[in-house]
Amino acid sequence: MKKQKPDYVVFTEEMKKTHTILVPNMLPMHFKIIARVLEKEGYSVELLETYGPHIAETGLKYVHNDTCYPAILVIGQFLDALQSGKYDPDKVALVLFQTGGGCRASNYIHLLRKALQKADMGHVPVISLSLTGLEHHPGFKLSVPLVKKMMYGVLYGDLLMSLVNQTKPYEEEKGAAQALADRWTIRLAEEMGQGKHNYKMVRANYQRILDDFAALPRRPRGDKVLVGVVGEIYVKYSPLGNNNLEQFLVDENAEVVIPGLLDFCLYCVYNNLLDYKLYGMQKTTKFLYKIAYNYLLDKEEDMIRIMKADGRFMPPTLFTHTIDLVQGYIGMGVKMGEGWLLTAEMLELADKGVENIVCTQPFGCLPNHICGKGMMKPIKARNPNINIVAIDYDAGATRVNQENRIKLMLANARERAQEKEEKVPVEV
Amino acid sequence: MIENKMSPLSLGIDVGSTTVKVVLLEGDKILYREYQRHMSQVRQKTLELLHQAASFIGDRPFAVALSGSAGLGLSESIHMPFVQEVFATGEVVRRLEPDTSAVIELGGEDAKIIFFDGGVDERMNGSCAGGTGAFIDQMATLLDVTVDEMDQMALRHKRLYPIASRCGVFAKTDIQPLLNQGANKEDVAASIYQAVVNQTIAGLAQGRKIAGKVLFLGGPLYYCKGLRQRFQETLKLTDEQAVFPEYGRFAVALGAAVYAARTGHTTTVKELDAAIRDSLSRRTAANRLPPLFASEEEYREFRTRHAGADVPSRDIAAYSGDAWLGIDCGSTTTKLALLSADKEILYTYYDSNRGNPVELVRDQLTRIYEKCGGRITIRGSAVTGYGEELIQNAFGVDKGVVETIAHYTAAKHFCPQVDFILDIGGQDIKCFKIKDGAIDSIMLNEACSSGCGSFIETFAKSMGYDIATFAEKGLHATAPVNLGSRCTVFMNSSVKQSQKDGATVEDISAGLSVSVVKNAIYKVIRAGSADELGEHVVVQGGTFYNDAVLRAFERELGKNVIRPAIAGLMGAYGAALYAMDLKESTIITEEGLKTFVHTAKAAVCQGCANHCRLTVNTFGDGKKFISGNQCQKGLGLKVVEELPNLYAFKRDAILALEPGDGTRGTIGLPLALGMYELLPLWHAFFKALGFKVEISGLSTRRTYEKGQFSIPSDTACYPAKIMHGHMEELLERGVDAIFYPCLTYNVDEHESDNHYNCPVVAYYSELLKGNMDDLSKTNFLYPFLNINNRSELTKELTACLSPVFPGINRREVRKAVDAGFRAYEAHMADVRREGERAVKWARDHGRRIMILAGRPYHVDPEIGHGIDKLAASLGFVVVSEDSVCHMAEPVSVHVLNQWTYHARLYRAARYACEHKDTQLVQLVSFGCGVDAITTDEVRSILERGNKLYTQIKIDEITNLGAVRIRLRSLLGALEEKEQEVRDSEETEA
Repeated sequence: MKKQKPDYVVFTEEMKKTHTILVPNMLPMHFKIIARVLEKEGYSVELLETYGPHIAETGLKYVHNDTCYPAILVIGQFLDALQSGKYDPDKVALVLFQTGGGCRASNYIHLLRKALQKADMGHVPVISLSLTGLEHHPGFKLSVPLVKKMMYGVLYGDLLMSLVNQTKPYEEEKGAAQALADRWTIRLAEEMGQGKHNYKMVRANYQRILDDFAALPRRPRGDKVLVGVVGEIYVKYSPLGNNNLEQFLVDENAEVVIPGLLDFCLYCVYNNLLDYKLYGMQKTTKFLYKIAYNYLLDKEEDMIRIMKADGRFMPPTLFTHTIDLVQGYIGMGVKMGEGWLLTAEMLELADKGVENIVCTQPFGCLPNHICGKGMMKPIKARNPNINIVAIDYDAGATRVNQENRIKLMLANARERAQEKEEKVPVEV
Repeated sequence: MIENKMSPLSLGIDVGSTTVKVVLLEGDKILYREYQRHMSQVRQKTLELLHQAASFIGDRPFAVALSGSAGLGLSESIHMPFVQEVFATGEVVRRLEPDTSAVIELGGEDAKIIFFDGGVDERMNGSCAGGTGAFIDQMATLLDVTVDEMDQMALRHKRLYPIASRCGVFAKTDIQPLLNQGANKEDVAASIYQAVVNQTIAGLAQGRKIAGKVLFLGGPLYYCKGLRQRFQETLKLTDEQAVFPEYGRFAVALGAAVYAARTGHTTTVKELDAAIRDSLSRRTAANRLPPLFASEEEYREFRTRHAGADVPSRDIAAYSGDAWLGIDCGSTTTKLALLSADKEILYTYYDSNRGNPVELVRDQLTRIYEKCGGRITIRGSAVTGYGEELIQNAFGVDKGVVETIAHYTAAKHFCPQVDFILDIGGQDIKCFKIKDGAIDSIMLNEACSSGCGSFIETFAKSMGYDIATFAEKGLHATAPVNLGSRCTVFMNSSVKQSQKDGATVEDISAGLSVSVVKNAIYKVIRAGSADELGEHVVVQGGTFYNDAVLRAFERELGKNVIRPAIAGLMGAYGAALYAMDLKESTIITEEGLKTFVHTAKAAVCQGCANHCRLTVNTFGDGKKFISGNQCQKGLGLKVVEELPNLYAFKRDAILALEPGDGTRGTIGLPLALGMYELLPLWHAFFKALGFKVEISGLSTRRTYEKGQFSIPSDTACYPAKIMHGHMEELLERGVDAIFYPCLTYNVDEHESDNHYNCPVVAYYSELLKGNMDDLSKTNFLYPFLNINNRSELTKELTACLSPVFPGINRREVRKAVDAGFRAYEAHMADVRREGERAVKWARDHGRRIMILAGRPYHVDPEIGHGIDKLAASLGFVVVSEDSVCHMAEPVSVHVLNQWTYHARLYRAARYACEHKDTQLVQLVSFGCGVDAITTDEVRSILERGNKLYTQIKIDEITNLGAVRIRLRSLLGALEEKEQEVRDSEETEA
């Protein structure tokens, strides 16, 4: 179809000066850094940190109730903010991240605009933030240095998230790990705002962060079990989406392992390379994706190298290894939603000894029928020790039902841990 | 005594969603056990049972552990150990019956399976599953019998009806019409159990075979012999293999007691008692709503205002002259109204139809004749509701009137300027917008939005109250709980959660009312603001007798509404008004009533391969009424004329494809999901390559059943789930290879932003490969293909086929690809041509056209449930979305238009808007996430074009009763509109 005049409200250059941009909170640490980076670029940015059942309720009012739960929450959170009276509706803009693709998630931005119309706020501009340039907003341009900084934000965020997860269950002083991460998010954003922030500085920061976390006083290890979390990207990461799953697991004496956001970025880029390989598409843009892929992969390798050399924390798994692990389970062409990456992440976790897994998805998530629930049988068949529970998240699903099922998984996890322990002396 | 004291005591408390179970162990010996319903008074009941156990404990210390869904919250608030219930069961079974292969445990709201053979695997039902104890209770209420009586009945059954097993709500919509059509209650009872069995197997076993020694645990399986029978028969277990242990009800509590002994933590009766008492006094205020009335004054004002909305009535004993009768035979209640010539109410009746509406109406008619005493003559009668046809046939009622029209007639009489009518009945929510004196749009609830009157009522009963008392309590709630607005199954768990937080009955009652209202406003009406509803809103239906619901509605809307005093009778009242132009009635006479007999018999129609399950009702005078049919054939009626029907045309085109006599081998093509669209392509492709092509064929219910055991995700759509059966079918035929490619992208018709398939259509093969072990016995080919680039496609297909069929080369594949596309394009052209022909035929013959808009696979008789035939029998020429969309321009929509199938929907909607004689009805499969986006968009296109939007949500089983009502509502509204136009033309003339 021919390109028409944009039928959406454009974020103009004027607006950059007058408008506050509201950002939904999917990954608290990552988005905090990225929000601050944008602030330093001259935008007025506010990360929405509202929480509570009224958000889903607002969402249900304005979005078709059979739409996926993340859409209901993200849109609900925006409208709740707009209706709170805290912002001048004429001086506010919204931003949504978009990856495109055959999942209905590509429609979130349109559903958001429809919801705004319904709430008589159709004039509020919604910025689509995507690297593939699905839309054009003159007031919001992604320069190369800015994209780089945002990328660094993702790297820092992944590292901090992983370290908090690896420290929280053992911290001597409750809340110390999170507090340390919060201090670092501020410091990192400040540093990046001061102009030049090259990759050498990033690597140096990695080491400083590792040192800081290692220096936190720790209690002895106890009977903690490792629990991995995978799933649809929003409910996997967002405490609003998963009823604060991370905290629940920590309270249940578990150490949480969540694959980072970088994997998802790599997955998105890699899929374009696969489009060429499988379908002969993307012929002209292939080389660009190849550059991006290698760039990101390098960055991941660096982080792993530094963490390995440091030796005090469990590093992430290299993306190419994750790809190797999933071979023979699901076709790499499954690229809607989290696609093959979801299956791969379960295997990646098992591979590093995290055999207890919560697979999170919004109720009725289409891609997850295939790559989540649909892959559990073959995964269990070939990894008999794996202990997976699938949890649906939804505006109507109750916490007690979710927690009861997670508790079953945890009870099995503990029993297996005990069996292992009992077996060890026999082998010796 | 002294030795006894050596064995430590341990207490297991299992607090489920409906019952509390307690087991006290001394070593391995059970000292005391008890099983009681807690009526939502979780803590009080636990305390009560503790006190009973106390006489065995004395002041000895004991270990304790809690389990169960409600036990979780309790254990947290009293700081005692908790053990997950499935885990606890596993413990017990390993100890007592180590040779067990599998355990099936049904509780109040959870279902669980544990496999022991070949790696322990423990599973619980997902969130969308209601086939458990609470469901059985609900169904017994529906049949108006106790659970025990239902069980007895089930054992006497002769046949089984298919009943949806996806969830309780769906099952209910299947059962209700069966009852209303006169099906045998014994058969229905057994069918309900069968639905529970199917759901347990399909939802939980997910591909693992249940065989060997199977232990059945939990309350329902302990009490319901009929359910046991169904399980044993379905799983084909011998009496030795199917074990129903005596301790079945207590397994979890027993496991908890065993677990408790190992914790090493002990307590005393005094301490535990104090802890529970303390938790009783604590209430969490989380997630509460403001009370329904801020003050006593507000309440008084509310009462006075609504008392004003009354209708004149007249003492029947003092009246003589003409009268008109209206009957509303609804899903759960039957209503009658007798009106005088001045439209005063002479007699009314409103009660639950207790599963046998015919008997009930007969009693009522007898009473009415008595009261008329020869002074009053019934001049006309009309019937509406689910049981319309049955009652009309049974008693010779003059007219049948579709519900929407009956309700509108009544509301208009009441408030001539009415803009909006909301009717919440026992099972249905109906909303109509009125514009210029005609129904402008109709919204009906779907299975997933059916939180209605009967739901509150069942809940009230389960908590030990009648509905009136329960509603009254809600009015005075201080802090109503916030229960969300999802389906009733979810609401049950929300209530569970609120009980855990210590909510009172008052708070729960008010909370349920708010939920029902929110459900109606946000899920059914989909209103963003009160203004969308207009100035004059009339609310009716039995549910609005509940003042708490009425108040909650006004609150949520922020405006006052009118509730007629006869809210529950509006259908009957409207039907009576509708009958008032009649002069002489055909209704059964007083004499006739005395000799009236009614019998119902089950039968299977042999008219076609569909084999509809019929219920044959015979009445005293030899008159028959047959229901359960999808078409007119089985009724022994001669089909008057065959109208053009694109669905039939497309089916015939598929059936016409011959397997051919290829020698290269046999390729199996499963006729499901995307294959419905691309079959002509692949069929021609493989034939050109010299293969014999086996097509799995159109689906039947049997197809689904064949494959249901390997479905891993029970919330996937029916068109996907039925795919498993098609694979089994092909495996049985022993083909050399099965082909269902992964197509991220569908054919690019250059009409939309992109041309994706939905994730399920695109990648279902991956799921099949992972979950159907038998596929490894054949060559299952599911390559990723680029269908929009023939040379790429050739490359990919060659790579896929040549390893399996040596000798296949690129050149011949290319030729075959071209042949495939020629066949596909020819087929699509045929469909378009036939669409044009059908439309022309309809216009030449003055017929209405219906675009039955769905996806290609909706032409399947099992997936589409013969809705096309039903529409044809109502006089519509049925066309499909892909047969007319080329006659309209592409539409610019407000959503991302990126799926090939869905782009056609938007264009078809535009076509409907551009043609006066054309209506669009959208078919939506339950669980289709993409349709959450398209339905709103199609609706808005149609409404902009001043067209009625009708949506039909279909799943595994859809009783056509509900569909018929939707289609007839559409027809009724169209006729009403046309009448309006004619009237105004006449006035002008």
